[in-house]
Amino acid sequence: MSADDPFEAIKQTFFLECEELLTDLEASVTALTFGDGDGETINAAFRAIHSIKGGAGAFGLEELVRFAHVFETYMDELRSGRKTCDETAIRAMLHASDVLADHVSFARGLIPSMDEERSQTVANDLRALMDDGGPVVAASPEPGPALDPIEAEFDFKPVMFDLGDPGVGTEDLTPEGWTISFKPHVRLYETGNEPALLLRELARLGPCDIRLDTSDLVAFAELSEPTACLSWTIELDAAVEMEAITEIFEFVEGECDLIILPKGGSSDADADGPAGEVDIAALLAAATAPAPILDSPAAGGEVDIQALLAMATAPIDLVPVGESGLETASAPKPAAPMAAAAPPPAKAPAASGNAGAAAGGQASIRVDLDRIDKLINVVGELVIQQAMLAQSVAECGLAASSTVKVGLEDLEQLSREIQDSVMAIRAQPVKSVFQRMPRLVREVAEMTGKNVRLITEGEATEVDKTVVDRLAEPITHMIRNAIDHGLEDADGREAAGKPKEGTIRLAALHRSGRIVIEVSDDGRGINRERVRKIAVDRGLIASDANLSNEETDNLIFLPGFSTADAVSDISGRGVGMDVVRRSIQQLGGRISIASTPGKGSVFTMSLPLTLAVLDGMVVRAGGQTLLSPLSSIIESFTPKEGDLHRIGARDWVIRFRDRFLPLIDTGRVLGFSKPDAPEITGRDGIAIVVENEGGSQVALWVDDIQGQRQVVIKSLETNYRKVDGISAATILGDGRVALILDIDALVVLGRQQANQADFKIAS
Amino acid sequence: MSDPLTHSEDAQQELMAFMAGGQEFCVDIMAIREIRGWTAATPLPKTPGYMKGVINLRGTILPILDLSARLGLGMCEPSGRNVIMVVQIANRSVGLLVDSVSEIIMVKANEIQAAPSVAGDEMKALIIGIIPVGQRLLSLLDVNLVLPEVEVEAA
Repeated sequence: MSADDPFEAIKQTFFLECEELLTDLEASVTALTFGDGDGETINAAFRAIHSIKGGAGAFGLEELVRFAHVFETYMDELRSGRKTCDETAIRAMLHASDVLADHVSFARGLIPSMDEERSQTVANDLRALMDDGGPVVAASPEPGPALDPIEAEFDFKPVMFDLGDPGVGTEDLTPEGWTISFKPHVRLYETGNEPALLLRELARLGPCDIRLDTSDLVAFAELSEPTACLSWTIELDAAVEMEAITEIFEFVEGECDLIILPKGGSSDADADGPAGEVDIAALLAAATAPAPILDSPAAGGEVDIQALLAMATAPIDLVPVGESGLETASAPKPAAPMAAAAPPPAKAPAASGNAGAAAGGQASIRVDLDRIDKLINVVGELVIQQAMLAQSVAECGLAASSTVKVGLEDLEQLSREIQDSVMAIRAQPVKSVFQRMPRLVREVAEMTGKNVRLITEGEATEVDKTVVDRLAEPITHMIRNAIDHGLEDADGREAAGKPKEGTIRLAALHRSGRIVIEVSDDGRGINRERVRKIAVDRGLIASDANLSNEETDNLIFLPGFSTADAVSDISGRGVGMDVVRRSIQQLGGRISIASTPGKGSVFTMSLPLTLAVLDGMVVRAGGQTLLSPLSSIIESFTPKEGDLHRIGARDWVIRFRDRFLPLIDTGRVLGFSKPDAPEITGRDGIAIVVENEGGSQVALWVDDIQGQRQVVIKSLETNYRKVDGISAATILGDGRVALILDIDALVVLGRQQANQADFKIAS
Repeated sequence: MSDPLTHSEDAQQELMAFMAGGQEFCVDIMAIREIRGWTAATPLPKTPGYMKGVINLRGTILPILDLSARLGLGMCEPSGRNVIMVVQIANRSVGLLVDSVSEIIMVKANEIQAAPSVAGDEMKALIIGIIPVGQRLLSLLDVNLVLPEVEVEAA
């Protein structure tokens, strides 16, 4: 983001908002797919598209606007009930939201080219659906044309939406005219809205009698600060739906008092029926501005309760609603659903709760990541400094009850609390990654011709931002694999007595200070015989190796292993699960598989909650304190006599569970041991079995192990440069720097030195 | 940092004078961030001999360089009397281990003489001038050149 170009900065903000809007859209469409959407879900989708279109227009992103417009128009048809939201419609929506996301990515420069053809096709599909494709809502009061034969050939299954009490459908409420009272707040003007434009828009709906109320106008002399003094009463003489009116005021919601009443007040029969509902709806439409509800004389007991419920469940916006036009549109408006659908009172809290949750629903501020990182750093230093101070005080030999010690204990507690809170700032729900997956599943399912349903669980599970960002790749890979290799095709599933539709389950949960992500499928499970055969064929294991089921399953993580007989487009490009495993290991995590033949497989990966801290084993080697990442340690043990053997001039191997692993003398390889230090056999020590990125195991020889510790990672490169064999540094409780071992580099170093030693002896 | 030799004749420059390897040196005071006592450094593997290791400077990892060894004047065996000058090199902070710091001197550009071509290789590369102060002779050091491995990486 370039700071010197304010326009560019605004554009970047727009793209960030697009990201959120697309996520909302995806969530809405997914909800519809599973049949748990309602009128508000369509509304939410519509608003998201509408906001993207609006913003895109401001930045002259014409392609995006054009497509969004078609999509929006179609969604409008759906939400007005003129077209039914059936399977075809949902499929069209899914495609359209994918293309819309592509358009945004393209405009943002994230993808190099736009698949214009696809965009055109999808847009045309939408248009076709709008023209005559979609069946007309059966319940619509307008006489719908009978399905002509051609339409009947398409297997349309109209799906009705539960719009609440059927008696309260908006169509039934259309009165002959409306009385609208509109009083802008100061904010409306501040955000650059113009009442005249809104009134003009209103006039388009039908003949209007607009009256200006200047009674609040103060004398010019008293006019000191910006105030909103004008209000209007509009008599709209047209039989339009209320939605049409609320739509006009959509962007100034919360910035004005708006009361919409059917013209002429309540008619005899409807006195306490629909008219009352409309009243409530109208008042709720203004629910984001609490004042009118509480002041309004029209608000009866029931109205008040609803309004209060709406307000109580409504997220409180820290960011002033409508700081910019875009935010107005994207901010969740719990009032809107009720204005549109007017559900019965019992449903009101639930509906507004949903709306809040669907849009992320919480007050939030955007903060530059750098600032948070800086804060985290400083707090990390505070904690270390505090620990050092505590140590110095302890050395003074003060009584445990001394005020200094007591104060220090309180300080420790406080600094821990600060650290936890600061870390919590960076924590983000995995939702952002999970929500990308439905699209992936759709695409892969289409490519493979399989029927797949994705279930996600634990979307709200929080993990550090750095981890969230890097989760997408391994999850993508695992889901692809699960669909491509795990699930059988429809025939295969039927033969196995399973439902035609395969299920992929993606779940996240917290377990003992780590995040666990599970990808499971109900497919055929791992074909152990085949896995074994391939592993033997590729020379990954000996033909007579005796492996447990678990060990066999885990063979698929070996580099160069790919079970797909035919290399498909989706997975099996020669890179397979070993890539997944490597990227997870880079995050300090582990991955494992559990599989039941015929029932499916479960891939489980466990990751640290943050990348800023590392679980490590404090060891000493060559007189230096070092830290080995816990994620790569498999086991540590004290060798018995006869476990150590010398091979060649310099190399050592160690017996570990009847296998011999190369042994690396950590202190010597890093040059910490004195050249004349005795050989490994001449001193006590402990072997730590570690696994490197390639999955092969080696043993590190260290003097002793001091324990496990969670440490804050500090870069060496900030002030110096990368050092061979060392990945980073950290500061221990005593304030001294300890180096963190880079296991892979250490293995390479060990090999190089052995070679050099051989060379010296040879020459 | 601008070249001190290009300053106009009257412009005064503030230099920090210090001892390293038994000789007197000085650097532009603007490059110095702070001066602190010696604390044991954690040695780094696979680094040149003059790299003493790293220390914790309020949470950042600060590399410590033995200036005496870097200038070819022999390794310094640090004790509590030794001093670390924390200097800024480009956007990095580096600690220079020296014997002691003595004083701040003010010099005019015309008091700085070109370095005679007598010093050893390591020295010659780092010295950009000499300054006679009374009976003493101070060598003006360019701190930007003390960490060659980082220079190369940054380029």
